[in-house]
Amino acid sequence: MMRPSAHRYIGLSERWRAAWRSFRIATWLGWQIESNWTDPFLFAVYSMLKPLASAAILVVMYGVITQAQFQHPVFAYIYLGNAFYIYVGAVMTGVSWAVIDDREHYRTLKYIYVAPVRIPAYWLGRGVARFLTGSFAVLITLTAGVLFLRVPLHPARVDWPLFLLSLVLGVGALALMGLVLASISLRVAHHFFLIGEAVAGALYLLSGAIFPLEVLPAWLRPLGFMMPITYWLELIRRSLLGDAARAFPTLAGFSNGQLLGILTGLSVLFALVAAVVFQLCDRQARDRGLIDQTTNY
Amino acid sequence: MGREGDSFWAPVPKVGGWRLFLKTVVARAYPRIIGQQRERSWIFFDVFLSILAVSAYVFVYRAIGAPEDYVGFVVIGGAMTPFWLNVLWSMSSQLYWEKESGNLALYIMAPNSMMAILLGMALGGMLGTSLRAVAILLAGSLLFHVQYTGGNVFALGVVFLLTLTALYGLGMMSASLFLLWGREAWHLANLAQEPIYLLSGFYFPVKNLGFWVAVVASMIPLTLGLDAMRQLLFPAGAATGFLPVPVEVAGLVVLGVLFLVAAWGLLRYMERIAIREGRLLEMRR
Repeated sequence: MMRPSAHRYIGLSERWRAAWRSFRIATWLGWQIESNWTDPFLFAVYSMLKPLASAAILVVMYGVITQAQFQHPVFAYIYLGNAFYIYVGAVMTGVSWAVIDDREHYRTLKYIYVAPVRIPAYWLGRGVARFLTGSFAVLITLTAGVLFLRVPLHPARVDWPLFLLSLVLGVGALALMGLVLASISLRVAHHFFLIGEAVAGALYLLSGAIFPLEVLPAWLRPLGFMMPITYWLELIRRSLLGDAARAFPTLAGFSNGQLLGILTGLSVLFALVAAVVFQLCDRQARDRGLIDQTTNY
Repeated sequence: MGREGDSFWAPVPKVGGWRLFLKTVVARAYPRIIGQQRERSWIFFDVFLSILAVSAYVFVYRAIGAPEDYVGFVVIGGAMTPFWLNVLWSMSSQLYWEKESGNLALYIMAPNSMMAILLGMALGGMLGTSLRAVAILLAGSLLFHVQYTGGNVFALGVVFLLTLTALYGLGMMSASLFLLWGREAWHLANLAQEPIYLLSGFYFPVKNLGFWVAVVASMIPLTLGLDAMRQLLFPAGAATGFLPVPVEVAGLVVLGVLFLVAAWGLLRYMERIAIREGRLLEMRR
């Protein structure tokens, strides 16, 4: 007879294996869905155009008002914040849109639910494709900034370990926020736009992505300090710009280690929130028969 | 058999001609309006999140010391954003989505005009989205203390209606195109957000993009509509305007007629393809 502790150990191991398998297959599936609708050239143009246009809006706004003073540190702050913010929309949309896509477009969510698939791992896997295309878009946006707008980025001056660590932690936090949205998507109707992008558009305001949080009214600032994105973008700016990033006042009082600690803590918090919200929405969706609903208003 | 039974077996009165056309318009507009109000989450995502997104651009302008009229420009752009999203996702890609979910075949088989269905979608979307646009406009104006000139309200109303007519005409036209393109269409709709926000000058006067870029961008009715509305609403509007308002009004009239005629022609073409090749119901996944 198997000891209870050994049984639990094997169960956990099997669950992790199932989660990994779900994640891996969903990653492959997500990539196929995202990329195989056209030829590679058009796909590359598609992946570039959207983020470049988004950056160009800010460049034009800034250029019109400041008479094109692109060498000012504020411009680098805005440009880098906006460039890396691409990940926010990409990862959150990638993870959360899978629910609507599977439920109402491919109508496969009900089959996925009855298959031996770990649903959260599956959704996270579906987000990987957008993370990859998002990475491409970030790279293109940064290159355009360095080449045409003289954003002060020099590979030799970049703090690569801090950059990579921040990137991994930040993207992880975004994936967990995407998971929260995916769970909520189980309960709501098909929106005519992408919920992930809508939420990313809203968090644009609160995360200090394109302006220091000091510009916000005092009552809104605490919300900004609750967002992991705020600390993540600060770390990314510090790792890429070095001392120039310290000119921005918002988080100047925090060391890199403190920022990493806060980002990790908030990521753990979002993991807990994601787990609770998933349990809740999943149960409600099952109870109310929403797993295979279609909403075509 | 009693009276109830008689009425059950009595033939259903049928309508045709313009009555059927109008009934179809109303029937398709109804779920769109009701659906938009029924889904509480939509109201949250549409209005509250839109206000937050608009606010981000307002604070960018404040951070770099822009004149206050630019804050108003952003609020107007933000209020018109739901119309563009509605045209993209609920007009242009709607028939494609209906095909994927199995409704398109029913639309085509039903003895009504597809043009009436598109028109119903457009009118329903326009009305439902107007409520959101008004909410964003009111909230944005109150939050950021936007000052409007008490200018020509009639001209403003004309510009707004012409903009929506041309915009939804574009949506009706592209619904057929998107349907023919299949899966690519969905991605094209997704692509047509930020690039159009840029080209149409949602957050800055389109004049800043240069004359010829603005001319090309004027193919999107929101470019001329936004520019004309800003000229009528803000003291700095005339100085930052792209073309004189009467020229922009004439442009909107031309675009409206062009898109509605093109929508009618493309629908006929699409229906011919449906009969000849049977491509409309294929699922290219």
